[in-house]
Amino acid sequence: MIEYILKLIPAMLSGLEITLSIFSLTLLFSIPLGILVAVGRLSKLKPLVKVIEFYIWVMRGTPLLLQIIFIYFGLPIIGITFERFPAALIAFILNYTAYFGEIFRGGIASIDKGQYEAAKVLGFTSAQTFIRIILPQMIKIVLPSVANEVITLVKDTALVYVVGLGELLRSGKIASNRDASLVPLVMVGVFYLALTWVLTKLFQRIEKRYAYYQ
Amino acid sequence: MLLKVEGLCKSFKGKQVLKNVGFALHCGEILAIIGRSGSGKTTILRCINNLVKCDRGTIIVDGTVLCKDQQEEKSVYAKPAEMLQIRKKLGMVFQSFNLFPHMSVLENIIEAPVHVFGIARPEAEEKANALLAMLDLQDKTSAYPFELSGGQKQRVAIARACALNPLVMCLDEPTSALDPELREGIAVTIEKLAEQGMGILLITHDMAFAKRVAHRVIFMEAGQIIEEGSKEEFFDHVENEKIKKFVIG
Ligand SMILES: Nc1ncnc2c1ncn2[C@@H]1O[C@H](COP(=O)(O)OP(=O)(O)OP(=O)(O)O)[C@@H](O)[C@H]1O
Ligand SMILES: [Mg+2]
Repeated sequence: MIEYILKLIPAMLSGLEITLSIFSLTLLFSIPLGILVAVGRLSKLKPLVKVIEFYIWVMRGTPLLLQIIFIYFGLPIIGITFERFPAALIAFILNYTAYFGEIFRGGIASIDKGQYEAAKVLGFTSAQTFIRIILPQMIKIVLPSVANEVITLVKDTALVYVVGLGELLRSGKIASNRDASLVPLVMVGVFYLALTWVLTKLFQRIEKRYAYYQ
Repeated sequence: MLLKVEGLCKSFKGKQVLKNVGFALHCGEILAIIGRSGSGKTTILRCINNLVKCDRGTIIVDGTVLCKDQQEEKSVYAKPAEMLQIRKKLGMVFQSFNLFPHMSVLENIIEAPVHVFGIARPEAEEKANALLAMLDLQDKTSAYPFELSGGQKQRVAIARACALNPLVMCLDEPTSALDPELREGIAVTIEKLAEQGMGILLITHDMAFAKRVAHRVIFMEAGQIIEEGSKEEFFDHVENEKIKKFVIG
């Protein structure tokens, strides 16, 4: 048994590598982009607001799976082709940017307008106000929602199997089919649980760090 | 003259909130603007601090034009660089204080001097500590706003507004969050600032407080100044029936 598990580990680790790549690259891009989307959505530029609203509506109103399929299998029909990994990553970034954008927008909008006014009379520019006053307060407000979204992202990474990327779940499924064994699937579950556990702890620590004020 | 306001007009959605408001504020003077709720008092302060743009009128802060009347057209405003210099000359204490909750008391005070005006941190801290000592807040330097009482928050807001050595200090309803004991404290603080030569523009509907600290009083009604005079003239010899009723309560 132990021997069997050890034998499976290399394949799973290479699956985990893809899972973690999708996970971390999605976060790396979609969090900053989400902030831009939130700022754009709250701006007074009507056309920009409309475009962003439409984008968010589409991204949240259709399954992520469809978005991945659309980019990898659909776009080549009109001559736009991506490799498996970039195709999946683009879909994830577009999708999660929309969700983060909405979370950040809510966070920014909940900050009292007196904060902007106080900054303004002290001579802050809009950019300084955003970076020094609004953003730090927004982070605290959105942390719980962001934590949720990040946990969801861990599990969503399994969707990249559809383009044939060998991520964690796929590596487990292959082994399970081949050996007619449940063990690989249980191991996959354990990997996901370990990941989400680490992330939950991490977010608890970040939330503690922001608990110094109310 | 520190501050001159002339012909100030402002409408919100077609409703005229300020009608031809004009007054002057001098060095070391405490000017109280009183009047009913909705009479336009806060809007005057917001125009002076450029939080709203007036429709017409001229505002001059210590010789620098903030906005200039253009007769039939909207007033023209100073360019951003000049605006920053004007902001430095104005201090504003909001009714709700608007302290930055994620910053300590000290950080609240030095934030603008250091990050907007490029003053060296030690120098800014020294000034902040002096202000905190003057306002009896030495032991709150590293506290966060949520840990302070209403009166303490207000004093921090005053310290923050004082950090850039403004010439004019605007206070919107400074006594509304305070019990009577603390009112005396804030009266003393305001007087101290005026003694240092600051001009104080004070909005209040607390008659007793206006009587206690003001040198001069302006009475507003429906966006217009309907009475102006020294404190003595205003409280002891007022003729206007409406004002009498308001003053007596
Ligand atoms: N941003 C705004 N948009 C629309 N109307 C406004 C705005 N700000 C103020 N007003 C209106 O202008 C009028 C004057 O408001 P202002 O806040 O100056 O009164 P105030 O004298 O300070 O009253 P209070 O004593 O209650 O604070 C009110 O009728 C108010 O509804
Ligand atoms: Mg008011």
